Amino acid sequence: MADISIRQVYKSYGRTEVVHGVDLDIHDGEFLVILGPSGCGKSTLLRMIAGLEAISAGDILIAAKRVNDLEPRQRGCAMVFQNYALYPHMSVAENIGYALKVAGIAKAERLRRIATVAATVGLGDFLDRLPAHLSGGQRQRVAMARAMIREPQVFLFDEPLSNLDAQLRVQMRIEIRRLHRRLATTSVFVTHDQIEAMTLADRLVVMNGGTIEQVGTPSEVYHRPASRFVGSFIGSPAMNFLAATIARPGIATIRAGHAIAFAETDFTAPPGTQVEIGIRPEDLIVTSPGTPDAIEMQVEFQEELGAGRLVHGRFAEQDFIVQLPAGHKPVASLSLFVLAPAQAVHVFDAQTGRSCRAAACSTGPA
Amino acid sequence: MEHHAQFRTRWLVALLLAPQVLLVFTFFYWPAGAALFWAFTLEQPWGGGNAFVGFDNFTSLFADSFYWASVGRTIVFALASSCLAMGMALVLALFCDRQLRGYAYYRTALIWPYAVAAPAAAVAFRYVFAPEAGVFAGLNAMYPGLWNPAMSGTDAMIMIIIAYSWKFISYNFIFFLAGLQAIPRSLIEAAAMDGSGVLRRMRDIQLPLLTPTVFFLLVINITDSFVDSFGIIDITTEGGPAKATNLMVYKIYFDGFKGLDYSGAAAQSIVLMVLVMALTFVQFRYVERKIHYK
Repeated sequence: MADISIRQVYKSYGRTEVVHGVDLDIHDGEFLVILGPSGCGKSTLLRMIAGLEAISAGDILIAAKRVNDLEPRQRGCAMVFQNYALYPHMSVAENIGYALKVAGIAKAERLRRIATVAATVGLGDFLDRLPAHLSGGQRQRVAMARAMIREPQVFLFDEPLSNLDAQLRVQMRIEIRRLHRRLATTSVFVTHDQIEAMTLADRLVVMNGGTIEQVGTPSEVYHRPASRFVGSFIGSPAMNFLAATIARPGIATIRAGHAIAFAETDFTAPPGTQVEIGIRPEDLIVTSPGTPDAIEMQVEFQEELGAGRLVHGRFAEQDFIVQLPAGHKPVASLSLFVLAPAQAVHVFDAQTGRSCRAAACSTGPA
Repeated sequence: MEHHAQFRTRWLVALLLAPQVLLVFTFFYWPAGAALFWAFTLEQPWGGGNAFVGFDNFTSLFADSFYWASVGRTIVFALASSCLAMGMALVLALFCDRQLRGYAYYRTALIWPYAVAAPAAAVAFRYVFAPEAGVFAGLNAMYPGLWNPAMSGTDAMIMIIIAYSWKFISYNFIFFLAGLQAIPRSLIEAAAMDGSGVLRRMRDIQLPLLTPTVFFLLVINITDSFVDSFGIIDITTEGGPAKATNLMVYKIYFDGFKGLDYSGAAAQSIVLMVLVMALTFVQFRYVERKIHYK
C-alpha cells in the first residue's frame, strides 16, 4: 500500500528528451491508467517508477520515500510485462516463486504461497508446466501470479493485454479489475487501448509527446476533454472537428457560414477567436431538411455496426462522421441534415489546442 | 523444405558443384582414404612396396604405453584449455553484455586474437613465457627454478594450454556474447523486479538460458583442441620436455615424419578421426536437438 508522487520528472536519451517534466500524484489503492499513442513516453514513465530506467531530472516518491537512487528490488513494485517475460527454463511454480526464492524464503512456505496464488489465478493444475506449453492467456496469468506473490506496494502493468486476442483481452481485463477490487493495491497500468483505459481506470492520465494532456476520471476525460488531442484520441469513432470563429458568447461561426451554439457558461473565448469545434459522432441528431443552422453533410458511405450505424461524409471540406442509433434505417439520400445540441459541443483554441472551458471546470494538469 | 529452386539441366548442377567437390575430395577424402589404407598396411620408410597387415598397426598402437600417455595428456589439455577458454570468454562476455563503459571497444578488441595464426601466437607466447626474460625472469629471480617450460613438463603443459586458450577465448567470446544478447532484455528486467541482483541474475537466468551455447562450444572446443594444438606445440615445445606435451596430434606428426613410421602414424590418425567424428555425432545428435527453449 503506497501512494506515488512524480515531481517534475524528465527523461532524456542523449540529447533527445522524451519525457518533458511530468507531475503526477497517484493515490494509495487507486487504479491509474496511463493512456497515449506509441512513443508518447508512457512506458518510459512506468519504467522510471519501476527503476528500470534512470530518472534524468526530478523526483519519484513511493510511500513518501524518494526512490530515484534505489534498485528496482528496493522499491516494492511488481511489474507485468507486455511479452510476459516468463523465465522459459523454469516451470510455472518456479516462475511464480522466483521472487520468494531470491528473498530466501523456506521451501515449504514458498510452495504454500505458490499454491495459494496459483489457485487465485486458476493455474493450480499447471504448476509443473514450462511456459512454452501454456496458452497466451495462461502465460498472462503466470505473469500476474508472479507479480502478486510478492504482495508488493505497487503493481505496474506495461501493456499486459496487447498480445492477447480480443476475447481473452476482455476476460483478462475483468480479472485484473476483480483482482484490484480484492487486493486494493496501488496500480499503474499503461496502455494505448482506450477501451482498456476507460474500463479499468479509477483515474485516467492521457499523455502525448512526453507531457500529460489531462488527468481525470474516465467520464471527465470523455465528457470534458482538456485539449483537442484528448478529444480526438478518446472515443470511437473519433470526434468531428470544424474550424470556426467565435461570433459572440455561445455562438461560433463555421467558415461555410453556419452558426453553431455552445454552452456559453462552459466555454469562454472572446469574439473573433479562431477555434475548433469538436462534436462526437454519437451526439449528433438527425433532423429534417431545412432546419435552421442544421449541418448538411454530403454522404459518402455507411458502416453497419449492429448496435448502430456510422455515416461517413464531408462537411465544410472536412471529413465528418455521424453515428445513428440502432434501428435507424439506412440513409438513402445524398445529404443528411444533423443538429449538434449546444451541451454536446466542445470548443478548443485553434492555436494552443487547449479547451476553452472556463477555468473553474478545467480538469487539465495543475 | 518444400520450396527449392529446380534446375532443369543436371550438367549445370554438376558444373556449379564441381569446384567445391574437387576441393573437398582432394584435401579431405583423398588423404583420409590414404591414411585408412596405410593404417592397415606396413609402409616402407623410403617408399617402395607395402604389405597388408590387418589390425596389427592398431594392436601394437594400443599396446604402446607411450601412446596411452599421449592420450592422457591430450585429455588433460582438452579439458583444461576448453575450461579456461570458455570460462574467460564467458566472464568477458557477461561484462560486455552489461554494457559497462567502453564495452564497444573491448568487444572489437576481444575479437582480434582469433585472426592471429596459431604459430604467430605461439612465437609471441614463447617470449612471454621465456624463463630468462619478462615477468617470469623476475619471479625466477625471487624463487629460483619456479618457472621453466624447457625443463618442467608441467610448466610446458601450462604454457601450451594458455597459449592455445588465448586464441580460443575470442572465438568463444563471440558466441557467448551473441547468446547473451539473444536473451530478451525483459527477462533480465523481470528478474531485477523479482529482487535478483546482478550475480544472481547471471546464475539463475543468463547461464541456464546459455546452456545450448555452452554445449555447442564445449564440443567445438574439445574437438578443435585435438587437432588445432599442433601449431602451438610445434613452435613452443616440440612435444617436450620428455614428451610432456606430446599430444596425440603432435605424436602423429612426430612418429610419421620424424620417426618415419607411416603406418603407425596412419593408425593414430584413424583413431583421432574416429574421436572427432564421435564428438561431432554427439553434437548433432544430442546438443542440436535437446536443450533448446522456446
